[in-house]
Amino acid sequence: MREMQRDLTIIGGGPAGLAAAIKAWKLGIESITLIDESERLGGVLPQCIHTGFGLHYFGEDLTGPEFAARLIGRLKETDVEVLGGAYAAEINVKPDSFKEVYGYRYGEAFKIKSKAIIYAAGCRERTRFEAGILGERPSGVYTAGEAQTLMDIYGILPGKEIVIVGSGDVGLIMARRFALEGAKVKGVIEIMPYPGGLIRNIVQCLEDFGIPLYLSHAVAEVKGSRRVESVKVMKVDGNLKPIGPGFEIKCDAVILAVGLRPRIELLARAGALIDDATGGPIVNDWLETSIPGVFAAGNVLVVNDLVDYAAEQGERAAESAFKLISEGDLTRSGAKPLIRGRNVRLIVPQLVSCLQDVVFYGRVSAPEENVAIRFEEIGKIFRLPAVRPPEMFRVKVPASDLLRLRCEKLTVNVMRLEA
Amino acid sequence: MRREPIRVAIIGAGIIGASISRVLSMFEDFEVILVEKEADVGWGVSKANTGIIHAGYDDEPELYPLRAKLCVRGNEIWRKWADELDIPVRWCGSLALAFNEDEVNILKTLLSRGLRNGVSGLKIVEAEDIKALEPNASRDAVAALWAPTAGQISPWDAVIALVENSVANGVKLYLSTEVKGIRIKDGKILGLETNRGFLRADWVINASGIYADKIAEMVGIRGYRIRPRKGEYIIFDKEAEPKVTRVLFPTPTPISKGVVVTTTVDGNLMIGPSAEDLNEDLREERSNTKSGLDYVWASASKLVDRLPSKSMIIRFFAGLRPEPTGGDFIVRGYDEVYGFIDAAGMRSPGLTAAPAVAHMVSEILRSLIDRELKRKDSWNPYRKRMIRFSELTHSERSALISKDPRYGRIVCVDEMVTEMEVIEAIKRGATTIDGIKFRTRACMGKCQGSSCMHKIALILSRELGIPLWRVSVKGPGTEIGIGDIKVLFEEGDQCGRCRET
Ligand SMILES: Cc1cc2nc3c(=O)[nH]c(=O)nc-3n(C[C@H](O)[C@H](O)[C@H](O)COP(=O)(O)OP(=O)(O)OC[C@H]3O[C@@H](n4cnc5c(N)ncnc54)[C@H](O)[C@@H]3O)c2cc1C
Repeated sequence: MREMQRDLTIIGGGPAGLAAAIKAWKLGIESITLIDESERLGGVLPQCIHTGFGLHYFGEDLTGPEFAARLIGRLKETDVEVLGGAYAAEINVKPDSFKEVYGYRYGEAFKIKSKAIIYAAGCRERTRFEAGILGERPSGVYTAGEAQTLMDIYGILPGKEIVIVGSGDVGLIMARRFALEGAKVKGVIEIMPYPGGLIRNIVQCLEDFGIPLYLSHAVAEVKGSRRVESVKVMKVDGNLKPIGPGFEIKCDAVILAVGLRPRIELLARAGALIDDATGGPIVNDWLETSIPGVFAAGNVLVVNDLVDYAAEQGERAAESAFKLISEGDLTRSGAKPLIRGRNVRLIVPQLVSCLQDVVFYGRVSAPEENVAIRFEEIGKIFRLPAVRPPEMFRVKVPASDLLRLRCEKLTVNVMRLEA
Repeated sequence: MRREPIRVAIIGAGIIGASISRVLSMFEDFEVILVEKEADVGWGVSKANTGIIHAGYDDEPELYPLRAKLCVRGNEIWRKWADELDIPVRWCGSLALAFNEDEVNILKTLLSRGLRNGVSGLKIVEAEDIKALEPNASRDAVAALWAPTAGQISPWDAVIALVENSVANGVKLYLSTEVKGIRIKDGKILGLETNRGFLRADWVINASGIYADKIAEMVGIRGYRIRPRKGEYIIFDKEAEPKVTRVLFPTPTPISKGVVVTTTVDGNLMIGPSAEDLNEDLREERSNTKSGLDYVWASASKLVDRLPSKSMIIRFFAGLRPEPTGGDFIVRGYDEVYGFIDAAGMRSPGLTAAPAVAHMVSEILRSLIDRELKRKDSWNPYRKRMIRFSELTHSERSALISKDPRYGRIVCVDEMVTEMEVIEAIKRGATTIDGIKFRTRACMGKCQGSSCMHKIALILSRELGIPLWRVSVKGPGTEIGIGDIKVLFEEGDQCGRCRET
């Protein structure tokens, strides 16, 4: 077993992990190892061959591979050690405050002992079972990312008559991707009464290709005993309950874009507390999990809709890790919990120390126009023209405002403003 | 003097056919071929069931003499077989819970029936003993029938083990070979007509599961029908709590043993099955339905204090019980057709009974051919299971990786399955994604294959020398792609959306 000792171990080489590694190096952390399951860095980006990446982070509209390539280029200028094809099997927190990561890669088992860990393992896709799609279990049902891997990494076409489940940006982009290859996309099925993706994508991915969008409809069943033959689609009422007899759409592939789940298993097994709302770890304003010295960033922390946010979280975690490593400790005392108030479905971080500026990432439960995000106990308000569940809000609250907090909690509400 | 070996064709590589092939492989007298229509073994009824090795108190000896006898015997033989063949099994015992006086009375009947059937260790226990045996059993249960001899096995591992051992002992396996007819001349069997040509055989053993009546019809036997009875299941993530350590049953009804709460040998909590009689023609109908799954959930909820949250469900599935006319197993030869033996109607507890059925078939065969059988000196009773990387300690894993670096490459993250295990599964006969899945557990975790299926497909494509898109989930017609990415353009089939307008 190869044993290593490092200041910082970063698990995950997607945008969050890459940004963390680069930042950590720039700040001056000397021995850093970044490990990733894949032989290729970039996480999910290399297969995202559409644009929409980097407007905030790089000030440019890039494709996924371009965004990844830039970060990888910057990483190459550092001395960060990269272990590719390396699987982290266990995180073990020692009483002496060192953290051990046990893992395996081609030809070796390894153990990395380090002062801090940044966990940036991303997320996985929800399956048809988690989405409650009943019926038979034939081949030809893929998650969007899986289909994208098959098409854009390995160059094979999963089917030619396609039904897409879910109208988030992922579903919309996959609809267009199939149409571009000459496949017939029979429809995008969305259970909510509004589309999950950006309006721009509705136009560019569906309308431009004549692909029908079925709002307030759900795929109830898959049919076909060996290969998918059709799906049964039902209209749903206001409570998302199926109504009416439904109808069938013939197809040979079903592509599921029904949401993402943070990959928290390793963290949870190591004892990190998990937030039911985000599905990710509970973190304080250092982006530190409930295990001291273990930080989280990117989609494992909270499913972001912009890669820019994931990268930003990576940098933030790197700053925290740097402070911990160089000063030996972080100020965590007096951290106050965030309370999700009216129309707030999730918010990260979940704890604040009130000693530094904090960037909050949140999501609402229902769409609303002309609103304000209000941090009640400190009376801080951010006006927004509209909020929608598929779009995250990001607000930065300065330390000077947080310092005013006198209670043991900080409540966040979305309030409707007078027109 | 060496006698001409008798050629025996077994139709169906399910638990029954595989058990028979193992038993027949012990003898010099037989040349055994095992014929299976699917691309791999164990994909019929034997794949989707509860995996319980029943104790044997359920079956009324007056009504179902074979079930009653073969279940108890099978349970005994499995102890030896599981050991010899390195099949994962847990002898955890079962509790049938009673919630009122009427049910307690039924348990008493079962107790005395069990004793008559020869089940050992059976007893009725009171509420506090139930909690001691199974802390998560419902606190509303007033009594339970405790059957310490019941166990939990991995049904597909069992079939794979039996077939590997049979093949090691000389049995020839024909996969993707569907029997379409049976050639008979002057009342004597000549062999099997299959999609891959004619296979000569002196004897045919019908172990074709849900299709047994169709096969029997091929030789003119129309004495029974097989009716599919569907059972749906829900399976939870390994991390879902609370699990159970015993198999929990409700008090059975005359028709069904009811919905069970159990933990599979791999450590997943599982609940099911429902029981829905299907039309006779629906032998491939394994859909999951809202009513079926709701029923499973409601029934299972009664057996335990708490089920894990629904968000921990990772899969649902369904299996078909081959319910025969009359309800008892059909294990017999026929005067009308010399050379044909049925091992049919293998509804529950067919998995439990399988080894005993196999010995019975062998005995029927021996008496019909009327000769003393000679055992092979070289017969090997043992077979080793594949290495499971995930079950080892760090240092054992490390040692394996130094032996072969490919043990270091994890292809299925959820179940920690390595590239080398996939390669080993291919060496042992897997040619499909499902073949890998059932041998290694890859794709059986939370992601249900969405993040690892392509990695396994790559290895299959490389090892089998086929294009990636041709790799299939379960044989022809289930390929993971329809061609290379530009296939629609190359075929001139482009612009599907223009076609319809
Ligand atoms: C829901 C459910 C729960 C159950 N629970 C239990 C339990 O807990 N304990 C227990 O003991 N038993 C249980 N059983 C019963 C047990 O699963 C069966 O008795 C057993 O699996 C039957 O095995 P088999 O070999 O007869 O059938 P199969 O496994 O179906 O094998 C038959 C094989 O024949 C092949 N075949 C069919 N036609 C042809 C053809 N024309 N040519 C070539 N091949 C062909 C099929 O592909 C198949 O592989 C359960 C069954 C079900 C459905």
